[in-house]
Amino acid sequence: MRYACLVYFDPQKVFSQSAEAEAALRDTGPYNAELRASGQLVTEGALELPQQAMTVQVRDGKMSATDGPFMETKEVLGGFLVVEARDLNEALRLGAGIPLARLGFVEVRPLVDFSKPRPQL
Amino acid sequence: MSDDDPRAALDAIYRGEAGRVRATLIRCLGSFDAAEEALHDAFVAAAKQWPEQGVPINPYAWLVSTGRFSTISRWRRQARLARALPELAPELEVDVELERPDLIQDDELRLIFTCCHPTLTPDARVALTLREVAGLTTEEIARAYLTPTPTIAQRIVRAKAKIRDERIPYEVPSAADLSARLESVLQVVYLIFNEGYASGEGPNLTRDDLCREAIRLGQSIVRLLGEPEALGLLALMILHDARSAARIDADGELVLLERQDRSLWDRTRIREAEQLIERALSARRVGPYLLQAAIAAVHVEAPSFAETDWAQIVGLYDVLRRLDPSPVIALNRAVALGMRDGAKAGLAAIEPLIEQGGLEGYYLAHAARADLERRLGLGAAARRSYERALELSRQPVERRFLEARLAELRLGLAPKP
Repeated sequence: MRYACLVYFDPQKVFSQSAEAEAALRDTGPYNAELRASGQLVTEGALELPQQAMTVQVRDGKMSATDGPFMETKEVLGGFLVVEARDLNEALRLGAGIPLARLGFVEVRPLVDFSKPRPQL
Repeated sequence: MSDDDPRAALDAIYRGEAGRVRATLIRCLGSFDAAEEALHDAFVAAAKQWPEQGVPINPYAWLVSTGRFSTISRWRRQARLARALPELAPELEVDVELERPDLIQDDELRLIFTCCHPTLTPDARVALTLREVAGLTTEEIARAYLTPTPTIAQRIVRAKAKIRDERIPYEVPSAADLSARLESVLQVVYLIFNEGYASGEGPNLTRDDLCREAIRLGQSIVRLLGEPEALGLLALMILHDARSAARIDADGELVLLERQDRSLWDRTRIREAEQLIERALSARRVGPYLLQAAIAAVHVEAPSFAETDWAQIVGLYDVLRRLDPSPVIALNRAVALGMRDGAKAGLAAIEPLIEQGGLEGYYLAHAARADLERRLGLGAAARRSYERALELSRQPVERRFLEARLAELRLGLAPKP
């Protein structure tokens, strides 16, 4: 199964140049390389900060765009990995290995399996 | 990604070997997580190499060495980065003796006893055993237990953290502790079986999976440790399972033992269970599982419900009650007594259990009482008892059964005494 590991962190902490932050940033490349070598990394990407982002939406056929998103929280979505894992616990273990999990947190979420029925809400 | 195909081809070997390989890797590498990583690496390597080079003669040994080697190289790489190699070096030299079957068996037992350690909650033991020993995925366990996947995942994460933090040793208990610790293991297996067997949702594939997994676990334990109670539990589960085709009718309704079509029972499996019971009895140490299996065996030996050897069943319950003085056992004995000595004697034994014995809130006690009252022609009392049983029962199949009996009574279809 595939899982997205969504990496959230506080940019103030990650780019503070503290020894801890520098170590986490330095370890990120090798960790991704390990996952790729073991066949568990489907894709990954690091995101620019939300200051560089725009949000679009369409209502009544009209597009509008705003800056951001700017959330109230300090943590922003900073990157993602899509991993192939046997089950949720294995995906959690892979998510826990992401070096930035030491500074922020990683949300591990299964990718939708379209052969299953849609959620009933 | 075309990586999926070799993985699918390896599935059979994974199911067969992963538990044993994992069990040894946990010992060699000292943690569940490191072992899981190594296990993954080993199967990735197998998927690459086996199609070209053929399956090795001893897949277990190949997978353990490959997984261990891969982890050690990873640790070396990480240690180089952290310049901490000298400290790690001694740990890497732990030798693995792959040619000794007794050590491999010990690893499997270590894993089972650790997953069922009494420090863990029963829920955690069940989840950990199903995942680490039986090799189910978190998602499969969640589906079988009709529980959200994150709930199961959390139980597994916490259980592993507890094993690590409390330094629960990865070992087979000493002879002095063995029987108490085995009790905890067998309880986990029986909980898994009962969840599948008594789910009350009628025929349901994922539920049958739980029964099958419990029996597979029971078989592993018996293979590793021929204790009479382990044999007894396996026999008990096989006997229940052998009758399962007769237990639910074509409409998904529950059929009680009394009304089951005995020609649907699986005689091959019954013989298998009987052999296990004989083997266990030769050890001359009788425990609760073995006694329950013996009782179930008396039932299946009878050509019909009426011709059951009730005297023997009451006798076995008398022994069981000395080992396990629980009111539920007393209730079962009372039902058997009702068959041996007549409904009146049965009712006299059940009434005090409901009124003073703590079974007032147990629907089966009221259902059993209702049945005896019905047989004695006490229509009004039987109706009251069925109604009380219905109030207490949550399972749809059982509720439908009770409702059907109640409707029969209202129509005056009750048998005359």
